Amino acid sequence: MSKIDELISKFQEVSNHPQQTVLKYKKETGKGLVGMMPYYAPEEIVYAAGYLPVGLFGAQNPKIAAARTYLPPFACSLMQADMELQLNGTYDCLDAVIFSVPCDTLRCMSQKWHGKAPVVVFTHPQNRKIRAAVDFLRAEYEHVRTELERYLHVNITDMAIQEAIKVYNENRRIMREFCDVAALYPQIFTPVKRHDVIKARWFMDKAVHTQWVRELIDTVKAEKVEPWHGKKVVISGIMAEPDEFLNIFQEFNLAVVADDLAQESRQFRTDVPEGIDPLEQLAQQWQDFDGCPLALNADKPRGQMLIDMTKKYDADAVVICMFRFCDPEEFDYPIYKTEFEDAGVRYTTVDVDLESPSLEQVRTRIQAFSEIL
Amino acid sequence: MSEEKTIDIESMSAKDALGYFLPKVDEDARQAKKEGRLVCWSASVAPPEFCTAMDIALVYPETHAAGIGARHGSPALLEVAENKGYDQDICSYCRVNMGYMELMKQQTETGVTPATLESSPASRVPLPDVVLTCNNICNTLLKWYENLAKELNVPLINIDVPFNHEYPITKHAKRYIVGEFKEAIRQLEELCGRPFDYDKFFEVQRQTQRSIAAWNKIATYFKYKPSPLNGFDLFNFMGLAVAARSLDYAEITFTKFANELEEKVKNQKWAFGDNEKSRVTWEGIAVWIALGHTFKELKGHGSLMAGSAYPGMWDVSYEPGNLESMAEAYSRTYINCCLEQRGSVLEKVCRDGKCDGLILHQNRSCKNMSLLNNEGGQRVQKNLGIPYVIFDGDQTDPRNFSEAQFDTRVEALCETMDEQKEREGGNQ
Repeated sequence: MSKIDELISKFQEVSNHPQQTVLKYKKETGKGLVGMMPYYAPEEIVYAAGYLPVGLFGAQNPKIAAARTYLPPFACSLMQADMELQLNGTYDCLDAVIFSVPCDTLRCMSQKWHGKAPVVVFTHPQNRKIRAAVDFLRAEYEHVRTELERYLHVNITDMAIQEAIKVYNENRRIMREFCDVAALYPQIFTPVKRHDVIKARWFMDKAVHTQWVRELIDTVKAEKVEPWHGKKVVISGIMAEPDEFLNIFQEFNLAVVADDLAQESRQFRTDVPEGIDPLEQLAQQWQDFDGCPLALNADKPRGQMLIDMTKKYDADAVVICMFRFCDPEEFDYPIYKTEFEDAGVRYTTVDVDLESPSLEQVRTRIQAFSEIL
Repeated sequence: MSEEKTIDIESMSAKDALGYFLPKVDEDARQAKKEGRLVCWSASVAPPEFCTAMDIALVYPETHAAGIGARHGSPALLEVAENKGYDQDICSYCRVNMGYMELMKQQTETGVTPATLESSPASRVPLPDVVLTCNNICNTLLKWYENLAKELNVPLINIDVPFNHEYPITKHAKRYIVGEFKEAIRQLEELCGRPFDYDKFFEVQRQTQRSIAAWNKIATYFKYKPSPLNGFDLFNFMGLAVAARSLDYAEITFTKFANELEEKVKNQKWAFGDNEKSRVTWEGIAVWIALGHTFKELKGHGSLMAGSAYPGMWDVSYEPGNLESMAEAYSRTYINCCLEQRGSVLEKVCRDGKCDGLILHQNRSCKNMSLLNNEGGQRVQKNLGIPYVIFDGDQTDPRNFSEAQFDTRVEALCETMDEQKEREGGNQ
């Protein structure tokens, strides 16, 4: 096994076995775990509490059974999977769970948690660009801090949050650098390998993840950049799982050179600004963030952002990974679709569903699309 | 104006007043457009006070879509929106509206009325100069209006009322909403090119409170058993609570309606005559595409709808002149609150209506009103000891509603209610 493969396999071990990873972490460090429901909960506050923030992005190929009692079929498969994992005890290792409520499904999900851990809910403001929104979100984050202190019996100081912000911003910077590097080496970073390096962030101490990624980047950069004979695409959506889904891209020689996924790049697109009040800084980050349907902006910049990404990464097309039953994502589609057509950007849409991924349909679609490209 | 002279509103029945005022709201918007005044499309429980104070005519896409649905015109417009890329998963009110908007846009751009619009029963409301949203009933309204603003290149006034995961509503949430009210005023001043009319605003606030007081009074007639009020009438009259609560149209009509109900009580004239066998609470949006069917099916079993939390969402009572009180009123909508508050509102509606059962609409178009149905039903069953059923439906997409399933569920509910009454020794 080459050094690069060895390094990547460490990330894959984490991404493929999240529960095992976090339980091992708990045992080795004596530290607790706090579940972060999607989307955009302030991990820094948890990190500052001395706990590991753990992403709750469902599971690959989940078997949904008990969740059916609590959710109708038109709730997305991510929430179905999360509900199943609450009910089957997978999430019992968590010491607390943080919920944001940017969509209607999450609003309701936040009110029917069936796991053992206590739940902390907060609301993101959606009139984001006015000053009052920052004040509001700062107060919501204060609520998150107070609730965590109460449940976890800890004291979360401003200083500790500032430290956490540094660790997280550093990780964000290195992740952006990683994405740029990975785009140059599609022979090394197959879609799944790229995804696994990024996904591992959700189950690791970010400081350690940063070190691992630094080492990986430095090792890869020693390699010669080879010409890529396939096509290059940017993928956009909530998430691109299971692995079999991404393998179809590889099968037809499509390199993922950039992503605009809620589970991946949207997490590290925007740094937390510097300042003297860490909770306010975290609130400002939400004000600065853009291009996600869960963060309202009447200018709807996402289409242009994707067009710019195709230029920056010299991509041949955008592949929309449309998460089934995700109405916020579905709302953006008619808008950017027209913008792509006007700008001459090629695109296609494939359905993403964790529970029943319809891989044959995806394969047919991707194959046809790769032939057109 | 000359038309109004010949119309004798005074002697109209409540039903006639509704039939007169509801289309008049749309007519007012058309007139405003003709006169070069601004038109705003608004979410149904967004605060109209700001626009009304600035003499901007308001149109309500949800009411508009419900009307189209009731007149069986939704499939054609749904198809237009779906061809444009709006997924079937998206709220059907929104898709009907996006279809309508698209056709109106085409008409404006080409000067030719598209055939689909020509044959549509949709009331011809003009396209907006500004759009106003408020997510006190769902976050879908944020995305919907974000798209409207982008598609039509008009400003978006957004009154974002954060989901109340804690109740009572926090001080910081109220402060944020007041901040948004001030931003809305700034936007309107910029749009209209004149200072905000605070005097008229105060007047409009008081008018809104009178309308709402009259609206709330109607629902109090469910205290009578048998009931003089047929709950489905609330669905019919609700159009004015949505579209005209800041005008006197709503107050006039609702006052007439309340007076008529008072008269019925005096004369012991009950909604179902001597045939009120049971009473149910209806949770969720009406199935506009099958309003007649759902009503008749219940009536066939002698089951009177005697309560619904849905029309109660327009109870935006506040203290005029107090922005924080207004912020609280627009934020406390029961489906914008934590399960405990939401459940307690539903329970109160069942109790106040002296209901024997609860029927919950699992609405394919409304995740926010559907995903906690089980929890709501279970709470009511536990605390009040009454049964519940859930049926699958949709407000305006007929593909998602089956009469047969609805009828089976209603039958099951009625049987359970009957059995319960027998066990308890007759109608209590």
